[in-house]
Order: sequence, then C-alpha cells, then structure tokens
Amino acid sequence: MRAILRFLKESTFVRETGITLLSISLAFGVGCIILWAGGYSIPAVFANLWKGAFGDKLAIGQTLTKATPIILTSLSFLLAFRCGLFNIGAEGQMYIGAIATAVVAAQLHLPAVLHVIVSLAAGGLAGAFWGWIPGYLKAKRGVNEFVTTMMLSYVAIGLTDYLVAPRGPLHDPKYMANQTARVDFTAMLPRIMKPTQVSWAIVVAVVAVILVWYYLFRTPSGYELRAVGQSPTAAEYGGVRVRRKMILALSLAGLLAGLAGAGEVLGTHFRFVDGFSPGYGWDGIAGGLIARAHPVGAIFAALLMGALRAGGMQVQRSGAAPGDIAAVLQGLVIFFIIAPTLVRMLIRWRRRRSG
Amino acid sequence: MSEFAVELKGIVKRFPGVVANNGIDFSLMRGETHGLLGENGAGKTVLMSVLYGLYYPDGGQIVINGTPHRHYRPARAIGLGIGMVHQHFMLVPRLTVAENIMLGQEPTKSGVLLDREQAIRKIEAFAEQYGLPVDPRARVEQLPVGEQQRVEIIKALYRGADTLILDEPTAVLTEQEVESLCEALEKLKSEGKSTVLITHKLREAITMCDRITVLRKGEVIGTVPAKETSERQLAEMMVGRDVVFTVKRGEATAEEKATVMAVEDVRACDDRGLEALRGIDLELRSHEILGIAGVQGNGQAELAEALTGLRPTTGGRIRVGEHVLTGRGARDYIEAGIAHIPSDRHLRGLVMEFSLRENSILGRNREARFSPGPFWQRQRVMTRFTREIIDAFGVKTPSTATQAKNLSGGNQQRLIIGREVTKDPCVIVAAQPTRGLDVGGIEYVREQLLKMRDLGAAVLLISMDLDEVLMVSDRIAVIYAGQIVAVKDPDETDRHELGQLMLSGSLSTDARKEESA
Repeated sequence: MRAILRFLKESTFVRETGITLLSISLAFGVGCIILWAGGYSIPAVFANLWKGAFGDKLAIGQTLTKATPIILTSLSFLLAFRCGLFNIGAEGQMYIGAIATAVVAAQLHLPAVLHVIVSLAAGGLAGAFWGWIPGYLKAKRGVNEFVTTMMLSYVAIGLTDYLVAPRGPLHDPKYMANQTARVDFTAMLPRIMKPTQVSWAIVVAVVAVILVWYYLFRTPSGYELRAVGQSPTAAEYGGVRVRRKMILALSLAGLLAGLAGAGEVLGTHFRFVDGFSPGYGWDGIAGGLIARAHPVGAIFAALLMGALRAGGMQVQRSGAAPGDIAAVLQGLVIFFIIAPTLVRMLIRWRRRRSG
Repeated sequence: MSEFAVELKGIVKRFPGVVANNGIDFSLMRGETHGLLGENGAGKTVLMSVLYGLYYPDGGQIVINGTPHRHYRPARAIGLGIGMVHQHFMLVPRLTVAENIMLGQEPTKSGVLLDREQAIRKIEAFAEQYGLPVDPRARVEQLPVGEQQRVEIIKALYRGADTLILDEPTAVLTEQEVESLCEALEKLKSEGKSTVLITHKLREAITMCDRITVLRKGEVIGTVPAKETSERQLAEMMVGRDVVFTVKRGEATAEEKATVMAVEDVRACDDRGLEALRGIDLELRSHEILGIAGVQGNGQAELAEALTGLRPTTGGRIRVGEHVLTGRGARDYIEAGIAHIPSDRHLRGLVMEFSLRENSILGRNREARFSPGPFWQRQRVMTRFTREIIDAFGVKTPSTATQAKNLSGGNQQRLIIGREVTKDPCVIVAAQPTRGLDVGGIEYVREQLLKMRDLGAAVLLISMDLDEVLMVSDRIAVIYAGQIVAVKDPDETDRHELGQLMLSGSLSTDARKEESA
C-alpha cells in the first residue's frame, strides 16, 4: 500500500498525467464561468457536448474520424518539439501530402494493398519534403523554423487550391467543386465502422504512434534527437551532428503530417477536396502540447480535440450555445496546459500552506 | 540587544527521501564572519535558505536580534535585515548596476518619476563606505564576475541588510578578486555587519572567517575558532576520515611515453570571432599528465574544445596516431579514442533532463554494445552499464532513472568521469575537472586521473588552480594569450616562476618591467 502511494507521489508519469487532467478540469471550470456569464444553460451545453461526441455510434464515429488526422499532426508537432523545434506547419504539410496521395491513388493503377501503401508513402514523402525545406533553411542558414513552417503552410494551401481549381491541372472536370478525381478502389482505406467514416486510417495513425514512440525511446537516432532537443550543446559534445538532426526531425514531422493528409484522402474523402481540413494541422500543435510531447498521449489529446469538434457541432445544432464554445474550451485547455507553471504554482501554494 | 545577530535552534528540514537539516544549531555573533563548511549535500545552502525564508523549516526556531520566528518569506527576511548573495547571481544583465540595485525599491521624484541620480549617489556612498568599488552606470552584462558580485553585495546592503549570507562567493572568482573580496569583508566587519560564508574551500575559510561551523550529512559536527584549527582538521571533520592530498608522480620510463596526440600550430577563434588560440604546439604522451597552467581567459576553454572537435580550428594540425583529425567533428574525435571531461557539466557533459541511464551513454550510444543496429538500442545493457558506473564510481543516486539535474555536482562529475574513463580512451582532455567539487570529490577526481595515467592514457589537465596543476602534473605547459609560452618540469619550477609566466608570458620581460619600475 505504501509502495503504491509512493509510486503515485514520485512517478513522473503520474505527475504529468495528473497535471494534464487538472489543466483540463480547470479549462472546463473556466468554460462554465464563461457559459454562465453568457447566460447559457451549463447542463444543456455539456449534455449536448457529450451527446455529439459520445452519444451514439454516429457521434463516436464523428469523434474518431476527426481524431484520426489530429493524432498524426500531434505526432508531427511533438516529434519536432522533442528536437527543440516548433513545427507550426503541419497544416501545409498535410495539404501537400494529401494532394500527392490523391494524384498517386487516382493516376497510378496498382493491385489493392500495394496501391494503398504506395499512396500513403507518396503522401508521407511529399509532406517530408515540405518539412525538409524549413529544416534545411534552419540548419544551413539559421532561419527560424517557426516562421518558415507557418509560411510554407500558406504556400501549400494556396498551391493545392490552384492545382484543383477549375482549369487547374488536377481539377476533376466532372464536378464544379475544387477537387481532384476520385481515387481508385484499390487505393481506398476500408471503412471499419459503417455507416460512419471511420476507416483504416485510424489504424495507420495508431501504428504511427507506436513507431514514433519506438523511434524516440528505443533507437540511437531517436535518443540523439531528444538529446538535441534538451541540450544542443551536450548533444554536440556527445558527437551528435546537431544540424543534420534538426533537418531529420522536421522532415519526419512533415512525413507524419503528410500521412494525416493521405489518410484523409484515402479513408474519408476518397479524393483531394480543397479546404478538406477544418484546421487539423493547427489542432496538432495543441494536441502535441496537451500530450506533453508524449506519443501515446497524442491519442488521448487527439480524442479530446476530436470530441470537442464533434460535440461542438451538436451544441450548435441544439441551440444550447454557439458551437464556438468548443473552440473556447479547446483554447482554455491549451492555455492551462501551456501554463503548467501556473498549475505547479497552485500545487506548491497548497503544499506550502500545509507544510 | 542580544549579542547574537542570528541564532538557529534545532532547525529541521526534510525533502522527499532526505533530511537536509537534522536539528541544526547555529549562532552568528554581531560583527562576525562565520564560515559554514561542508561537502556538497551537507545542508549548508538549505540551512541558509531557511534563514533567508526560501524554505519553511519543518522544525526549530529562528531567532533574529533576540526575536524568535518560526518561519517567514524572503520579503520579511529582507525586512529583518538579512541579505543573501546567491551562487548564481540574480541580476538583470541588460540593466545598469544602479537599476539592478534599486530594482523593487526605486526612489522617486514627486512620487512618480524615477530618481536615478539619487540612487546612484546612494550606491556610490555605499561603495565608498564598504570598500566595494562599482560603477553604478555600467551595464551588468559588461562587468567581470567579481564586480557583479560586489553589485549583489551592495544590493543587499542597499536593502538594509545587517546580516549577509554569501553562498560560495569564491567559486567564480579569480585569485585577485578573492583578495579584494577579503578586504571588503574586513571592512563590512568593521562596520558591524555579520556575514555567513558558505564554502567548501578550507584555506579560504581559515583566512577569511572568525569561526567555522562544519556540517556533515545535515548535522553540525562542530564549531571551531578559525585561528585554532588547520586545513587537515577541517577536512577530517567534513569528510569524517583523514584526507590525503599528496600525489605520487608517474613511474613510467621515457620509452613508455610515446606521443599519442600531436598538436601543431593550432589556431582557433573564440565565440566573438577573435583569435583565441594563436598557434598552439603540444605533445600529449601516454603515461603522462600534462597540466595547462594559465590565468583564466587565455585560451584554455577554446583549447579544450579544439582538441575534442567541438570548436573548428582555423589553422594547424591535430593528429592522433596516424589519423589527422583537424576539420573533423566531435564524433570522429570520440571514435579516435579521445575522452572529454568538459568544464561545464550542465552545458556539455550532461543532458540535465535525461536520466542517468540515458546520460551514461552520451557520446557512446553508437557503440555496438548499446546499439547493435540503427533501429535497436539495448535497454537492459544500458541499465546494467549505468549500474556499473554507479557502483564503481560511487555515484550517489536513488536509481538509474533519476534525472541528472537532481544529483549534486560531485555526483554528476562522478557519472561523467565514469562514462569517459570506461571508454578506455587513449587521450583524456580534462577541463577544470575539480571545479565546484568538495574535498572528497576533488580527491576522487584526481585519483581517477592518476589511475588513468598509470594505465597508459595521455591526460591533458586544464585547471585554473595552480596548486592542482603543480600537484598532479608530470609536465606543465603555461598558456598565455593563446600560446604555450613554456613547458616545465613540476619538480624544477615553483609557484613564483609559473605565476610570472602566466601573467606576462615570459620571465625576461617581467624582469625588465621590474628594472624599469
């Protein structure tokens, strides 16, 4: 019994999880105050939030569908973060990955399983290229990756928009909408929870979580990447080629975001649709932070974000409050996560009073 | 009025898993300089943090000027006339001296406008009165460490401190700066201020203090008048056993001393791009410790980095055996068998957030025993290896999963040495390996270097501590303005001669100066 108590008290895992849960509770608490101040019914809002996120099979399907790309973009953010870098550009890397996947999946004609793999790889590699550019600039010229990744996002969104617009080279002439042709059946990721849109993409995402975890914590290269993130000078001392590592980290981050786009194309829309992402790439930043940069945490963070997105829609439909309340809650959660100092201060304050 | 400025009675302070202070009694008389001596982790800093209000004690009483208190916050401590100068200065580098000192207590004109001139006048008065020369208008970032420390002391006095706590004040100072600090302390004493000096340097405690209290493992071992004690007695009190400081020279024959690393005309720039190494020539031989003596800032830091591949060279050649390493990166130096005990443990030697297990393979993680393939790291081998280092090098730690930042400086250094020494290196570059360590730690590090020498490694010892260089080295090279100006046999030279070389680069010019003077 005492051993368990000591484990609970001293384990960093328990502490980190505890702080995260506390932050989420605080966010919901402050959310309640905002709802109350706005004159909305707090029980009605939360009931609808729950209903929209987990109420029935369709709701759960919505949550999972939205969580899938966020898992990957969260991984994208946290992998770069582990190397001490800010990848703000997952959104753009995802668009580039999506368009590359859409092209390969529709234009190449391959046998079933192989076609999926090749299409996923195309998306991943295209995203990796989009991450490699800021990595290269950072390593060779010291350009701040925060700015370049974000700027390249807008380049990617604009570029893909042009490609699929009417008279653009990849536009599907059968429709007016800005989108590419439908992908081959052989390239589609099968749905696994009909009638919802949940597909094998979620399996791809979970496998990516395991691989990223393994890479970071069980390979020499991942070890070096984390060393660079914690202390570039000590990593250099340890013989790590710091600049190369940074390029690698941003490329891998791009690859993961590209996979998110590939999953959306092959599992959800079956084509590249302009504006397909409601901001999954940006959600990844929040997801990576909520996960406290741990790959396994990315699953839970993405589920939370997916649930907020799905539940927010139901809140809007029900009229209990504007759907934006979900965005407010999301913002509050991030606020309290990023302000761990604040939360730690609260804890210390209590200890001091009791001690 | 009580004769004591401060009395601590039965102070107890516990941290999870440790009792840092276990019923400590300590008294500070008015106008006294009192040394608080102990090894790292003995509880000196914790005790003084309790006095300064940074920690609430779990038991005991703090009596200040005869008034008892249970605990208080630092703001109250300042109000009670207690000032603390921390080991790491709490100054804003971009602000001027005056701005730093008045920070939080800015004097104003008509209640709104900042009255800088008034502050400057007041600071100048303090500087004059206590013999602490500072320039109130200079920016802190441009000041040498010694002057920054004076700023900290004046800051405490400015806030009305009667009792000063100095945490390891000499750790960062040069020999000359230590002397002027000594004088300042005398002056403070004559003005009736009381000072607690936290230190683990025996000689300084004896010369600077009136009484000395020795702590070990959170308890008071004894309080002795400085005049009636000796370094040997204090060392024994601190460590709990007799400490031996004498060293045996290497017994290897000239034939055994083959040149392992040849440094020819090496040049390199410092961080500002100025040439810091201006043609260094050195030969590192096996079975030998080559000591580098010099005043800080003559290129020692750059030399250590250039010889380990961490700093690009702009000229010359570094050769290990047949391999020319010039122009290569740190990884190639590591693979050539060069071990490095860096001067900065926090910045270079360890990843502070990493566990001991992860730190024990820093720079070694590509070795086949730890990583047989690019996607394979053998966790159990790592853990076992860390255990071996912990046991063989006496690293005190709760577990292999503990973060490096939670170890004391001495234990961090033991971990680094364990890691570097077990590489079986042919060259060891040890940059200030005993800096910031306590007596036991220093003794241990020196023993390890000697042991490596006897096993045949070529050791380069860069140290600011001339006594250390004289004691441990088999040959001594003096570095001055980025060049090696002399190589001496330690048995045929002395502090005086080396000191001249260190300060002026040669003996003759110095003699000329003396003549003209």
